[in-house]
Amino acid sequence: MAKVVFPDSFTAATGGVREIATHAENYRALTVELVARWPDLSELLERSAVAIDGQIYQDAFLEPLDADAEVFFMARIEGG
Amino acid sequence: MAEAVDYKQIGTRPIRPDGVDKVTGRARFGADLILPNMIHGKVLRSPHAHARIKSIDLSGALAIDGVFAAVSGADFPAIDGGGEVGGEGGGSVGDVAKNIMARDKVLYHGHAVAAVAASSPALAEQALDAIKVEYEALPPVLDVVAAMAEDSPLVDENNYTNLPEKPEQPSNVANIGKLARGNLEEGFAAADLIIEREYKIPMAHQGYIEPHACVANIDETGRGSVWCCTQGHFEFRGMTAKILGKEMSDLKFIASEIGGGFGGKTVVYLEPLAVLLSEKAGRPVKMAMSREEVFRATGPTSGTVARIKLGVDNSGKITAADAWIAFEAGAFAGAPHMPGIMTIFAPYDMEHFAVQGFDVLVNKPKVAAYRAPGAPQAMHAMECALDEAAIQLGMDPIDIRMLNAADEGTQAPYGPKFPVIGFKACLEAAKNHPNYQKPVPEGAGRGVAAGFWFNIGMQSSAEININEDGTVMVIEGSPDIGGSRASMCLMAAETLGVNYDDVRAQVGDTESTGFCNVTGGSRTTFATGLAVVQACEDVIAECKKRAAMTWGVDEDQVVWEDGQVLPAPGVNADVTPMSLADVAAGAAKTGGPIQGRASVNAQGAGPGFSVNFTDMKVDPDTGKVDVLSFTAIQDAGTAIHPSYVEGQMQGGASQGLGWALNEEYIFDENGVMENAGFLDYRIPVASDLPMIDTEIIEVPNPSHPYGVRGVGETPIVAPLAATSNAVSRAVGKRIADLPLSPPNVLAALDA
Repeated sequence: MAKVVFPDSFTAATGGVREIATHAENYRALTVELVARWPDLSELLERSAVAIDGQIYQDAFLEPLDADAEVFFMARIEGG
Repeated sequence: MAEAVDYKQIGTRPIRPDGVDKVTGRARFGADLILPNMIHGKVLRSPHAHARIKSIDLSGALAIDGVFAAVSGADFPAIDGGGEVGGEGGGSVGDVAKNIMARDKVLYHGHAVAAVAASSPALAEQALDAIKVEYEALPPVLDVVAAMAEDSPLVDENNYTNLPEKPEQPSNVANIGKLARGNLEEGFAAADLIIEREYKIPMAHQGYIEPHACVANIDETGRGSVWCCTQGHFEFRGMTAKILGKEMSDLKFIASEIGGGFGGKTVVYLEPLAVLLSEKAGRPVKMAMSREEVFRATGPTSGTVARIKLGVDNSGKITAADAWIAFEAGAFAGAPHMPGIMTIFAPYDMEHFAVQGFDVLVNKPKVAAYRAPGAPQAMHAMECALDEAAIQLGMDPIDIRMLNAADEGTQAPYGPKFPVIGFKACLEAAKNHPNYQKPVPEGAGRGVAAGFWFNIGMQSSAEININEDGTVMVIEGSPDIGGSRASMCLMAAETLGVNYDDVRAQVGDTESTGFCNVTGGSRTTFATGLAVVQACEDVIAECKKRAAMTWGVDEDQVVWEDGQVLPAPGVNADVTPMSLADVAAGAAKTGGPIQGRASVNAQGAGPGFSVNFTDMKVDPDTGKVDVLSFTAIQDAGTAIHPSYVEGQMQGGASQGLGWALNEEYIFDENGVMENAGFLDYRIPVASDLPMIDTEIIEVPNPSHPYGVRGVGETPIVAPLAATSNAVSRAVGKRIADLPLSPPNVLAALDA
């Protein structure tokens, strides 16, 4: 199962949960699963970037998640 | 993945396409456009750092003959939120709208309160004098730490710290970010040495040479065009349309040449004012800021207070680190506190750490992005603490970094594991560099520091048109700040197998090419370059189709090699290979002009690391610091045009040195900036600096066809700490605060 890690800013919405495992096969399925479980995450997900196996996506959508994938949500970076 | 290959074009150093125009003065910048019947706009700015606006009377200005329009906050539609603007810490569109024209309060000295358009700049200035504004002065909030206190006066009575549960009381703290891993208590218990210190860095400006300028020409239907200097004309169009309640299709934005931006031109200041004034006046309106306005009213970067506690064992291994950083946001939320806390420990493999960052409102100009926003200030604290640890342990400062260095697979402090990175390669290159092998000059100190930036991708578009003679036209939408047109031409030439001189690049306006995010975040060569490469691949596919049609074979029976179409191996066709020019020459008969296009939302920009070292000497009588040498080493991924990579490294080093040695906003007790000009706000000049030596490390980014990582931001990160470390070693005493200007150094020596 893929490992999903939440930043500190997500924990209020997740009731303190910082990490879950998921069978979701792609990013969209993961976000559907997360919002179904924690509706308050919806807005945070829109404002966040995500790293999947070390690759940072500012706007992930259908990126596949391997069974042993590591997913980290993080603040969006834009730079100057 | 891009392997180390023998490119024909990439890695060469041709002269940039805009070079001759720039050095001969032909290039046209923001203020260079002149239109028939054009008039001139000026802005009335607040004399208070914090005040309530009781009334604004524009009638005196409008009564002057030759004044065509005057506006204040009441002329703009109300916006609530409106989405985020581009660039780090840009904030919401609603806040940008209030920043470019105050509504019920002025929030910093220089905040715009009204604007006029008149037949001459002098008459516009006279009209400003005729505007009557009544203020109720309020106490200014100027100190970032004091601003965080519960009993501080409030910059914004409606600001509540963005927490999961809304606090009961408003506060000047807009946002808080936290990262943590492991167990600090356990980590510090394992330390043999603990370094604990506070570092202060004042607000500083991006210091671009060209002040903000634009010309708006709006017709009676409310539609028209805007010519402006910008890092992103598409995003300027979007912001301006939202602020004025227009459709994006009402406005065409054209990017002029740009005399520097460094993040400060990712957000609008003048453009919505010029559009509104032009619409009211029925004439084109030019607006250009003075240098004083640039300092007082456009985005500096945050001043910071950083506290760090660092634990290391006797071998130099980091056992724990705990940091606290307060960032000045200026008058509206949006300090780069998140990138600050995400970068502070990024170069190191650490088991136990915690860091908190605060986005704090103060009555100073709203900060804007500045190269690697937040990273120089945050990493200054860590890199200085690490240097102190190295001194106390008797270790070489590169060795202590190498001992703790992150590598491929290291879990970054902000979460994911690093892909392939070049930090250790930079450290090795620094240790082996001839400048590092030399002894430290007598009386000098040698400072070392590391730098890091994420780099980003985001959205870009590009079109390729093949001219009838086979030459190539690239059209893309990223304003060229650092030579990107040359890089686009090189990547197009490499992909198409033609010479660099056969390719021209044009930055299209918002009606001539697809959307591009701002030129920022070190993204243009990576993301727009990716779009250019894909558009070229589109051209190649079309050429193969046309050749197959010409030869009467199937498309899968032709291949593209070295800039020409050939029959595939094993295909028995008695034909002559067709070059791009050959295909273009026959295009009329095979389907018309040859074009390619691509739009991308590029992901997978590769992280960039750097190592800087510098030798500096301090005059004990005057406190003046002399930079004897400075060496910048950086992993750029593949350097598409090495000269422009080196230029970015040298430019970032120069800006970082200026910030470290002299640059600071100096405010009086009323929040008035006292040094709003280049005579008193001292950026480095050529005679202040030695030649910045550079070494490019090329660890290709596997997510780009040619291995590009992104270059522009990382170079400014390390110079601050490298300077602090060099000066502190030179004087034998840690000086924690910047800038290390002569009076500050003397005061520290005397303390």
